[in-house]
Amino acid sequence: MTKNHAPLLDPILTSNPVTLHVLGICSALAVTTSLTTSLVMSAALIFVLSLSNATISLIRNHIPQNIRLIVQITIIASLVIIVDLILQAYLFEISKRLSVFVGLIVTNCIVLARAEAFAMKNPPLPSLWDGIGNALGYGWILLLIGTIRELLSAGTLMGQTILPLVDDGGWFTPLQMMALPPSAFFLLGLLVWVVRTLRPDQADEAQKQEDAS
Amino acid sequence: MRNLNPLNIWRSFLALPNTTPLKTLGVAFLVALVCSVIVSLAAVTLKPLHDKNRLQARVSAMIEMLDGIGAGFPQQRWVNRTTGEYANRKTQDQTLLKPELDLAGLQQVEGVFEVYELRQDGRLQLVVLPIRGVGYKSMMKGYLALKSDLKTIAALTFHQQDESPGMGARIMEKEWQDLWKGKNTIDENGVIRIKIVKGKSEGVYQVDGITGATRTGWGINDLLQFWLGPDGYGPYLERLKLEAGS
Repeated sequence: MTKNHAPLLDPILTSNPVTLHVLGICSALAVTTSLTTSLVMSAALIFVLSLSNATISLIRNHIPQNIRLIVQITIIASLVIIVDLILQAYLFEISKRLSVFVGLIVTNCIVLARAEAFAMKNPPLPSLWDGIGNALGYGWILLLIGTIRELLSAGTLMGQTILPLVDDGGWFTPLQMMALPPSAFFLLGLLVWVVRTLRPDQADEAQKQEDAS
Repeated sequence: MRNLNPLNIWRSFLALPNTTPLKTLGVAFLVALVCSVIVSLAAVTLKPLHDKNRLQARVSAMIEMLDGIGAGFPQQRWVNRTTGEYANRKTQDQTLLKPELDLAGLQQVEGVFEVYELRQDGRLQLVVLPIRGVGYKSMMKGYLALKSDLKTIAALTFHQQDESPGMGARIMEKEWQDLWKGKNTIDENGVIRIKIVKGKSEGVYQVDGITGATRTGWGINDLLQFWLGPDGYGPYLERLKLEAGS
C-alpha cells in the first residue's frame, strides 16, 4: 500500500469507523432492515462525506478557529439537504422508507469526526479520498448487515426471493427478530468481535482511546 | 491610496488573520450565502419532480384504499363549501379562517372542495373526502371514505405526513388505518363523536390511539371535527342526506 492510497484504503478495514471507532451506530441499526435501504444510505453517505471533507479542506486555512464547528455543520447540513431532495425526487419510495435517517446524516459522528480529524489538517485531494474511504468503510458494514437481515427476515435480497418462505410453499422460516433494530446490535457486536479477534491490536487501540477520553 | 480592484480586496480579505472579527463574520457570511444558494437551486430545480411524486402518492393512496374495500373508482365532483351545492369547476378563492374555527390548523380554506362520489344507478354508494390538518409537527393529508348512510366510515387513509418516525408516522400503516373501518362519525343527533382515545377503545365512536403519538391523535381528532363540521363538508353531507331522504 503506497502512502497516497492510505486515506482511501485504511478506513475500509484497518481503521474502520464502525468497527474500530464504533461511530454511526444509530443509522446502522435503523436503515439495515433491507439491502436496498442500506445501499441507498451508503451512497448518500459517500456523497456527503467525500464532498464535505473536500470542501472543508479547501477552505480549511480560512476557517476561524472559534466558528469552525458552525462552518463545518453548515456545509455538511447543506449537502445532506441536497441528498435528501435528490432522493425524494428520484427514489421517492426508498426515501420514504429511510424517513429521517438521511436527514440525520448531519449528526452522524463519522462526518463531523472526519472533518475535524482529517479535513481541517490535510489538503483537499487526500481529504476527498479519506471521505470516500470512511464512507465505504461504513457502507460495506451497512451492506453486510443489511444483507444478513433481509435474507434472514424475509428470505429476499433487494426484494428478489432467494430463500423460498414456508408461507409460499418453500422451506425457509423467516426470523422475525431480524426485522427489528436489536438484531442489528447483535450482528454489529459479533462483527466487532470477529474483527478484533483477527486483529487484536484494534481492541487495545480502542481501549486506549477509551481510557484517554 | 487604497486599491479598489475587487480581486485585491478579496486577496486582502483572505490575508486577514483568522482571529479578526471581520474575517470571522466574513467567512460565516460567505459560507452561509454559498450554501443557501446551492440548496435553494437544488430545491427549485427538483420541485416539479417532488410535486409529481406527491401526486402519485396521493393517487395510489386513493386506489389502494378503494381496492381495500372493493369499490370502483369514483367520480370527481366540486362542491361549494358554504352551500354544499355542486359547483362547475374548481376556483382559486380561499377564505381566511378565524383562529377559533380553525381546528385543523389550516389558516385558510378553499371555497370549492374536491370530493369523490361513487354512485350506482344514481344512488350514492360511497363518498370520498380529502382531509388534511396539522398533527404534532407536520401537515397530514389523507382521505376519508363514508358509506351511503354518511356516517359509517368505509376507510381512512393518509398519504402525506412528516410525523415522528415509529410513532406519529405509524398513521400510514394499514393495520392502524383498518381500525377505522365500520366506526361512526356522528351520533343520531348529528353530533360529531368520532375520536381517537388512549388505551382501549370502546363502541363505534372510538379508535385506538398510537402509543407515543398522543398529539398526532389530537391533530386527527381536530381535523375530523373541522372537516365533518359546518366549515368543512358539513353542508355538503347535509345536502346529500336530504337528497337520499327525498
